[in-house]
Amino acid sequence: MTFSHNSRSRRSVRLLEWAFVIAAGFSMALVVLLIAWIFVPILYYGAKVVTPSFLFESPKKGMTAGGILPAIFGTLSLVTLMILAALPVGIATAVYLVEYVQDSPIARVIRAGVNNLAGIPSIVFGLFGLGFFILFVGRHLDQVLQTGMLFGKPALLWAAMTLAVLVLPVVIVSTEEALRAVPWSYREAAYALGATRWQTTSRVVLLQARPGILTGAILAVSRGAGETAPILFTGAAYFLPKLPVVYFNVPLLPFQLPILNPFDQFMELAYHIYIMATQSINVQETRPIQYGTTFVLLVMTFLFNLTAIVMRSFYRRQLKASLQ
Amino acid sequence: MEREGGRKGKLQALEAHLEASRAQGAWTKFHRARSFVHKGRALERGIELFLLLNSLVAIMAITLIFLFLFREGVRALTAIPLDQFIGVRVVDYFSNEETFRYIWQPVGSSPKFSLIPLISGTFLVALPATLIASGFGIGCGLFLSEIAQPRLRELAKPFLELLAGIPTVVIGFFMLAIGADWIQRIFHTSYRLNALVGAIGVSCVIIPVIASLVEDVLHAVPREIREASYALGATRSQTVLFAILPYCSPGIAAAVILGMGRAIGETMIVVMATGNAAQVTFDIFKSVRTMTATIAGELGAVAQGSNEYYALFLVGSVLFTITFFMNFVTELILERVRKRLRM
Repeated sequence: MTFSHNSRSRRSVRLLEWAFVIAAGFSMALVVLLIAWIFVPILYYGAKVVTPSFLFESPKKGMTAGGILPAIFGTLSLVTLMILAALPVGIATAVYLVEYVQDSPIARVIRAGVNNLAGIPSIVFGLFGLGFFILFVGRHLDQVLQTGMLFGKPALLWAAMTLAVLVLPVVIVSTEEALRAVPWSYREAAYALGATRWQTTSRVVLLQARPGILTGAILAVSRGAGETAPILFTGAAYFLPKLPVVYFNVPLLPFQLPILNPFDQFMELAYHIYIMATQSINVQETRPIQYGTTFVLLVMTFLFNLTAIVMRSFYRRQLKASLQ
Repeated sequence: MEREGGRKGKLQALEAHLEASRAQGAWTKFHRARSFVHKGRALERGIELFLLLNSLVAIMAITLIFLFLFREGVRALTAIPLDQFIGVRVVDYFSNEETFRYIWQPVGSSPKFSLIPLISGTFLVALPATLIASGFGIGCGLFLSEIAQPRLRELAKPFLELLAGIPTVVIGFFMLAIGADWIQRIFHTSYRLNALVGAIGVSCVIIPVIASLVEDVLHAVPREIREASYALGATRSQTVLFAILPYCSPGIAAAVILGMGRAIGETMIVVMATGNAAQVTFDIFKSVRTMTATIAGELGAVAQGSNEYYALFLVGSVLFTITFFMNFVTELILERVRKRLRM
């Protein structure tokens, strides 16, 4: 049964077996401990601070009191604009890769590009956003359209665009996975009915892959909400007295209609944590606010991730059931 | 040929083609056979073109990032004498001796742009982080792929995803506010924020990266290797250590290199937790400043078009080059072992 001829080497074999299992099990246990190590203090100190008024008030007294409503609003509007830009392009790319070119040379080139994009450090995206979107695209738009300094300055729009480029690989890879999970027999059935490739893709494959694509979108939103480095120079602000909203007078409406202003700067949760923890006037005094903000961001991304994980396992199980 | 034959000819050609592709079992062939029937449809063509254009966005983005980074970075090379990126001669205020020193100090009356402290700082954080994360990441990969039963794996895997999902700024804040105290208490360091604090924070981020690639690689090892080893009477640990790991060691190496690329590019943790003192040191308990932290900390405050502005883009270009190279090596290794493994 084993290599061994005598009891001593048999014992060493058993020892190796145990050492192996314990070492690998310890690594996994450490991951769980690491999560607990990070989550427990932040949840403990954060829960003391996070109250309805903390969530729904603006900062007060030079950022040493009050809530974080503008930061929450900024994060949500940022990821909304981001996903609106990244999702269509990402889905189209994945559809092209899976349904049209599969493993041809062009697909390999595109995949290599996507992989490399995913490996670029996030701070480089920040430099790119500043150099390309604001100083190149923005300034030139201003020159051409005669808009003064509307486009050529840090703004919600450019931060969202920068983040969209950053999360594009996430959207593409997860959509590809979702498309591949749709059984090939479904496509064959559609083709057998005389459907064209686009008809098959749009009415059969994409329909079936919808939950998987949604999962990927949620993961991308979670990733975008947690990123800080790309928005440092592209639009996040330390403190703004107003939300990035403009009000329009609409005829027959009793109130002014608020619309998100993509040309404003904005406050953002992740940026708020960074700036409050490193560069605010009194770092120690505002520690509770930092814990509260971290609590909100952590819970927000955790809920996004949890939704995605649960949805994916549910979706996989459903697919398995439908195939049996 | 098909056009002249009319509809019947088309169908016959399609059938013949289908037979051929069925025989070879290739789905792509089926697609191709399908598509020549609809060659004339403008809508289909238009949609395909539209999708192609969309999928070029990723490549376009990477090209633009490269162009705009290096365009500004190269200006630093023309604006600042090249030897200043290594170091400068400095006259000591007290002893009046002239020494050659590596200083990054881009503001002040005589700005100094030595990249050496930034590069050494980057590696002083990234190397320990990779070392820590490789051990635990490979361990997690082995656990998920070789030890855990399916049910335990389903339970354990979300934890890795959860760790990967924690925003880096949260880990940075945690290391700054709490982790640094722990490490100071354990190692009695004189600097509260130092390279080790940053390295531990960064390893949290790259453990999931390494673990998931290692797991994929282990899963891709052909069954024959495993079965041959078991057939020779090897135990599970002997099989893994002496048959599977040697067989897929290039894949494991790729995972480690990928993790290291991530460690070098990590920004928010190092800017918050390493103390940000630009000095050349090999002491892991001293404060350091990485390339990423320099950009994050300084770009917001510099005038556009100044020498420092270009120098920061040069730092970004160096960073881009290093991480791009590491990703490239990873891809190269994976491409090579892909045939050997069933990935």
